[in-house]
Amino acid sequence: MPTATASQTIGPYWHLLEEKGWDDLTRFGPVPEGAARITLTGVVTDGDGAPVADGCVEVWQADPPASDDFLGWGRAATDAQGRYRFTTLKPGPVPGRGNARQAPHIAITLLARGLLKPLVTRAYFAGEALNDTDPLLAAIEDPARRDTLLAREAGDGVWQLDIRLQGEGEGRAETVFLDV
Amino acid sequence: MSRSGRLDDAARDPIPFRPFSPGTQPPYDAPAYLSTRARHPARPLVTAPHTVTETTGPRFTPSRFPALADISATDGRAAQGERIIVSGRVLDEEGRPVPHTMLEIWQANAAGRYAHLVDQHNAPLDPNFRGVGRVFSDEQGNWRIVTIKPGAYPWRNHANAWRPNHIHFSLFGQGFAQRLVTQMYFPGDPLLPLDPIFNCIPHAAARDRLISSFDLETTQPEYALGYRFDIVLRGRGATPFEDGEHR
Repeated sequence: MPTATASQTIGPYWHLLEEKGWDDLTRFGPVPEGAARITLTGVVTDGDGAPVADGCVEVWQADPPASDDFLGWGRAATDAQGRYRFTTLKPGPVPGRGNARQAPHIAITLLARGLLKPLVTRAYFAGEALNDTDPLLAAIEDPARRDTLLAREAGDGVWQLDIRLQGEGEGRAETVFLDV
Repeated sequence: MSRSGRLDDAARDPIPFRPFSPGTQPPYDAPAYLSTRARHPARPLVTAPHTVTETTGPRFTPSRFPALADISATDGRAAQGERIIVSGRVLDEEGRPVPHTMLEIWQANAAGRYAHLVDQHNAPLDPNFRGVGRVFSDEQGNWRIVTIKPGAYPWRNHANAWRPNHIHFSLFGQGFAQRLVTQMYFPGDPLLPLDPIFNCIPHAAARDRLISSFDLETTQPEYALGYRFDIVLRGRGATPFEDGEHR
């Protein structure tokens, strides 16, 4: 049997695919009862500290469950400052492997010129009680690195998660990227 | 049914996707491709055992994401260049078709220029060619697009660097971890041996599968040459990975 097709970079011209509104996951329907609309935003920087201004950020969340009104997926371009921004619904916990429960999180895929294959990470939400027992967060020993997966509330319903492709030190640690 | 709670839990776990075969995927750090220098992660990746987050994914439908299967003309006006038909199948590593999955494509025009502000290559834009398409595989995983053969274009990676003719493809498959973005090349392109993006894939066999083949069956008489490009997405593993297992 053939193995999976090789990945290649999305390159600098992927914006041809960009559609207005794809960064708003709530665009297809009303916000369901009990769900909270949030903004997830942040800045993507490279190893020189320069903004990644031509990146494609995609998000996927398994909760709230997908429906005709909520695809659970969105795509945003980074702007000249490297900033991405999504409007979505705050996820709740989802099952982990075995008996585990995973803390609420949003999966992130970063594609860009210079990335021959996608980079995958997650946005968790600072302050969630389940963060302390989340299996993936628990597997990251260095607290400074674990912190790179925690979005911080930066205003009413606005959550900020910066993504650093390389970096070291307080507040500048390289984002934890996942082998999925 | 087992009386052991553990077994029941394991049976409930989603089936993970298989790890990629060694040598078949490019590295993050590829010095010959200069843009990887400041953009590759310097730290090892953290293994994420697959959960519902990785094994499920968005379901795109033509009602929300209308297909655009013939991009060789705009409003009935033919684009410049050589019209071609590209078709293929989307399969998984077990050879099973991946049905009803969305494929996005984008590419330069026949002169080697993207309809994109950032592209300043001194080659003509074509008002009748935007270079973006979208199709869905059918029940058997088959898909087909009609487009224009893209031109080669220069880039600044190294002296006298030119990208081989290529069409970009983006697929989502059936789960988040099946995401694939790749490029399709054309047979006999003399630029392929010189291209760092193509050549950063370690195994020659894996590289060569990115090269489409001329296909007389896809070719339509009196209309357009046909090329075939089959795409393989990761298969599902037979056994779940243990937590913390490194791959």
